[in-house]
Amino acid sequence: MTLTLHKHIVNQVKLGEQTGINQGCLSLDAAALARTLQEQDHRLARIRVRLALPGEATRILCVKDVVQPRAKAVGTEPGTGVLCVLENVAIATCGPIVGFQEGIIDMSGPGAAYTPFSRLPLIVLEIDVHEPLDPHAHEEALREAGTRAAKFVAQSCLDSVPDQTEEVLWDEVPCAPSLPRIGYVYIVLSQGLLHDTYVLGRNAQEGLPISVDPRIVLDNGVLSGNCVSACDKNTTFHHQNNPVIAELLSGHGTRWNFTGVVITNEPTRLAEKQLSAAAAVEKIIQMKSSGVIISKEGFGNPDADLMMIVRDLEQAGIKTVAITDEFAGSDGASQSLADTTPEADALVSTGNANERVELPAMATTIGPLPDVSRLAGGYPHSLRDDGSMEVELQAIIGATNQLGYSHLSCREA
Amino acid sequence: MPEKIQTIHYVNQFFGGLGGEDQAGVAPQWYDGPKGPGQLIAGMAPDIEIIGTIVAGDNYMAENLDAAVAEIVGLIEAKRTVAADFKPKLLLAGPAFNAGRYGMACAAVCQAVQARLGIHAATALHEENPAVEIYRRPVTIVRASSDVMGMRDAATNMARVGLKLVAGAAIVPTEDNTISHGLRQNYFADAPGAQRAIDMLLRKVSGATPETEYAMPVFGRVPPAPAVKNMAQATLALVTSGGIVPRGNPDRIESANASKFGAYSLQGLDRLSGETHQSVHGGYDPTYANEDPNRVLPLDVMRDLEREGRIGKLSETYYATVGNATSVERAQRYGQNIAAELVNVGVQAVILTST
Repeated sequence: MTLTLHKHIVNQVKLGEQTGINQGCLSLDAAALARTLQEQDHRLARIRVRLALPGEATRILCVKDVVQPRAKAVGTEPGTGVLCVLENVAIATCGPIVGFQEGIIDMSGPGAAYTPFSRLPLIVLEIDVHEPLDPHAHEEALREAGTRAAKFVAQSCLDSVPDQTEEVLWDEVPCAPSLPRIGYVYIVLSQGLLHDTYVLGRNAQEGLPISVDPRIVLDNGVLSGNCVSACDKNTTFHHQNNPVIAELLSGHGTRWNFTGVVITNEPTRLAEKQLSAAAAVEKIIQMKSSGVIISKEGFGNPDADLMMIVRDLEQAGIKTVAITDEFAGSDGASQSLADTTPEADALVSTGNANERVELPAMATTIGPLPDVSRLAGGYPHSLRDDGSMEVELQAIIGATNQLGYSHLSCREA
Repeated sequence: MPEKIQTIHYVNQFFGGLGGEDQAGVAPQWYDGPKGPGQLIAGMAPDIEIIGTIVAGDNYMAENLDAAVAEIVGLIEAKRTVAADFKPKLLLAGPAFNAGRYGMACAAVCQAVQARLGIHAATALHEENPAVEIYRRPVTIVRASSDVMGMRDAATNMARVGLKLVAGAAIVPTEDNTISHGLRQNYFADAPGAQRAIDMLLRKVSGATPETEYAMPVFGRVPPAPAVKNMAQATLALVTSGGIVPRGNPDRIESANASKFGAYSLQGLDRLSGETHQSVHGGYDPTYANEDPNRVLPLDVMRDLEREGRIGKLSETYYATVGNATSVERAQRYGQNIAAELVNVGVQAVILTST
């Protein structure tokens, strides 16, 4: 099994007559993209395509998902063949609120520091659907529009010469027996009712845990389908660029032996949580891992899944480090998690999502501005007449990402 | 050369050179310039100019702390009004080590001058000083040894931390050797979370003790109330963290990290409907709760039980908040307040619904 990445480094994005990449300049035929999406899904009533560039005074509101353009150039099996990847660009979908938990991306100003997407040129699709449409169909329509748009853009580059070619190696790399054996438990949200994730095309509520080749994740194997709070929802972009997998692959064979990925879920019922946790732990034991990284998605209820897995692994003699964000209150005075276990003695904190940030007014707003006060992390009084607002970091896309994608952390003060 | 930071130093009668226990009853007095440990600080911290020393007796402060602290605030305010060039930016108190009365006075003076006069303040205490538990949240406390043997280190560090406060720099307990305020505060780490996780795991696998970024809190346990003996006589209430409120959300309860709870009447209602009530909870898909709010706040079933005589009656007020991302500290407070109101109106049992 081999996976080759053909990377195109985008240094400029512009709207134009056709779609394709030339000397690092990505041109997008917005009308053709909108037409293609609407032909594939008649639920989409109106699609406005705009660019939002780093440093611009632009605020994007009610962002549903962010997707990196990736498309298969050769092969059909997930995790194998040749994958065309556009670096330094992403698609963001937004529009009227579906759940409460769409988020904000500021391209400059104090909010920009908290989202990784302020550093990428974004192709923003603001999408309205034909009403009436129930929320679940609405979510599905936007999710599919985002991934189709990413494919549309990436496919336009299949015939161009990539800037970099990278062979992603894993189990064919020889590992000395003295290297520590490190595994990864990848917990994804699967609570249903707008809190879903799709693993290899299947809803994560079923069929998990599974152990997978890490290259499957790079090859669009995990897609976001949820409206959990923006700060710690794993967007599709985060899955495609899972930083734990990227790190573990980079030191595989030299600093450690990366034993594999177990993708597991976060069911809502206690008995199912216990079953999923036990099965995930069993798979890690089968891999003979001596240490495991565990990442999480969401907070509150998912804290229970995380703690169960930590406890069961530690009791099986396997060392754990878990990545979690905190909800310590706006002043940081509260305890941070909804569940704990004494075995969780090694946590990486990705920040207190309750901390507030003042966002000044922006010259350009994309998306439905009045919906801000209803977003999780917003307040009824969030939006002021001058366009400035105070929100919790919770409302900013990727602010406290629990795959460990960003630098934000939290400490005692 | 930058201007020196005008600093006031607070000490007790002993360190102020007035005497021992026999002088513990003296009222706060102002002396120009440094005294005792203040001379040490002035010698070691060239950026600090100690413009005056306030000396007060331990017993005088302990016997009526609030009034004594107000006197000290008054002393400083009086100086301000008479001298135009009197512009203190910092107050340092102690070090008071593990001395109980002295520690309480130092911390209380720090709290008062920063809150009432806008002057930065720091003290130095041993971690077991009783003032630490009471004042650690509002007051910057440098770690000190238990006795005067550690004077030089504590005084030097207190001066250094004080200057950092004046400069508006972040105080990091692990780096600055201060006692944490017990607050969590965000910062941008050098490496992304995934990389820190792997580094932490490698250390842990190699047998080293991991340096966790969040130590597990200890959860409080609430013993369950004894069972209700006679349900047919009991008054029940409905309380929910599922965000069911009258349509329009009259109290504007937030969809996450709710800053309040609401109390709403059920009088004359046999069941809730999507026209009268809605969910404002931001943590779950509200479609089904909005369609039929009884799914989260089961008024329909409670009215059945009431009619069938299986419960005495339903309390005509229900309480609601949003549990989504609401901190444990707030949730505890809402729980205590709601419980007090329920007890007041004679409710014996509660059905709590969450989502």
